[in-house]
Amino acid sequence: MLSNLLHINTVWVMASTMILGIAAGGIGCLAYWKRQNLMSDALSHAALPGVVVAFLIIQEKNLLLLVIGAALSALLGAFFIQWFTSASRITEDTAMGMTLSVFYGVGVMLLAIANRSPGGNQSGLNNFIYGQAAAMVRSDVITMVVLAAIVIFIIFIAFKEWKLFLFDPDFAKGIGLSIRGMNVLYTIVLVTTIVIGIQAVGVILMAAMLIIPSVSARYWTHSFKMMILLSSVIGGISGAFGTWVSSTGSGLPTGPFIVLTSAAIFAISLFFGKEHGIVIRYIQFKMQQRSSQLDQQVMTGRGGRSQ
Amino acid sequence: MVSSVINVDDLSASYQKNKVLNDVSFEVKEGTITAIVGPNGAGKSTLIKTMLGLHPKLTGNVSFWDSPFKTAKKKIGYVPQRGSVDWDFPTDALDVVTMGLYGKIGWFRIPSKKDKEKAMNALKKMGMESYAHRQISQLSGGQQQRVFLARALAQDAELYFMDEPLAGVDASTEKAIMTILKELKSNGKTVLVVHHDLQTVPEYFDHVLFLNKKVYAHGETEEVFTKDNIATTYGGDMQWVGKGDQYVIQSTSH
Repeated sequence: MLSNLLHINTVWVMASTMILGIAAGGIGCLAYWKRQNLMSDALSHAALPGVVVAFLIIQEKNLLLLVIGAALSALLGAFFIQWFTSASRITEDTAMGMTLSVFYGVGVMLLAIANRSPGGNQSGLNNFIYGQAAAMVRSDVITMVVLAAIVIFIIFIAFKEWKLFLFDPDFAKGIGLSIRGMNVLYTIVLVTTIVIGIQAVGVILMAAMLIIPSVSARYWTHSFKMMILLSSVIGGISGAFGTWVSSTGSGLPTGPFIVLTSAAIFAISLFFGKEHGIVIRYIQFKMQQRSSQLDQQVMTGRGGRSQ
Repeated sequence: MVSSVINVDDLSASYQKNKVLNDVSFEVKEGTITAIVGPNGAGKSTLIKTMLGLHPKLTGNVSFWDSPFKTAKKKIGYVPQRGSVDWDFPTDALDVVTMGLYGKIGWFRIPSKKDKEKAMNALKKMGMESYAHRQISQLSGGQQQRVFLARALAQDAELYFMDEPLAGVDASTEKAIMTILKELKSNGKTVLVVHHDLQTVPEYFDHVLFLNKKVYAHGETEEVFTKDNIATTYGGDMQWVGKGDQYVIQSTSH
């Protein structure tokens, strides 16, 4: 009876990490072409203090409210990065590195305080660091699925707009697409995806869910649409499979297994990917070499080895 | 009486501390091809970007057909510098040209078959139809430039801004582009081109705008394309070398 219940719970959790992976894979492609992979890492770390502060204020673990707190502090982090970069001589990567570590440091410090408060250590707030999908209850799952579905919808409905925005923003602006609007929308979907994922995957590894599927997809296609679809599929598979593996042992964190799954897919893509995969490239080179050697032999009329 | 398409009035713009445009004023008449020439850093690209609202202006006013850019933008086509985008982006030539139609297709709608045909026709005009499904990363520089031109043609605009369309392209691409520009002109369209090769100015353009932070001269090529104007625009560190009919500018200091 109990194992059956656990089983149903696992299916629920797997479904939610799968849809999270799909959303993260899609938005990861946008981040990839916006050249902002490190940004997603900075934002997920910056979400931690918001989670803890929200918990300290409401004194209970309501995922939606914690997610709102996380979003606010991630946005604050994004604002700092933007502000440092534009108002000072600090470069963007420096600003991101600083924001990431300072926000994370503050988050861990607040976490220590929250854990000392009554009921704090049972709250499962520590799960936000490494991720524990199994700790999610039904309402958490629903919150996550609904928000992820909205993100996926926004990515696919504005598909052609994303493409234009990422490829040629100046031209896009010239024909009337609001670049500021697109930037705001991009930041909203990025932050939403990050904050709904941090409970399951953890703030440290969340960025990997955005980055790894998109670079893996890059090795299989030359079409933006296919890249987003593939990246989403890879994200979804990694999410579900990683969750399933972590559910086989008690207390295994979810995040690392999801990341390892997508890393395995990346390794396969890197070597065997149809577009510029290492093995394929080597085979193509060898074939070209052979055919041009044959050409040479025909041209010169000699059967000897060239080179 | 030919009406004026563009009115620029006392336009100024800057990058951080450096003022790159200073009280720029000029008018452009319908059906003309104007070359914007000037040394590096003269603010040629900035002028175009500021006129199109892509760069903030400090002062001044720009109007198209006596109305602001916002209401006129549907009739304006823009060809950015080829280097301004990432050609590794996963898409093909036809898709990039279709982007020229996005404004007409409407937001959140999928391009129809008809739109793809229009894009294909634009590619054909640039002699690029056999490259329609080629990855843009695999196109040569000249081919990429043709794709950008085709995208602008697909826009079917009345007024075109082109930022160095002839920079770093081979002779056949230059010819193809100039043929299209002349065709645009004969169809009554107006074209402004940022240009860097002084030698070809008299052959290609009927109007010239000399720009170096401010306007040094502007008018019909026959009248204003003179040694004096070139010398003053390009400044004191430039030496004028006349080789017969050719216009060659050499810098005395590097």
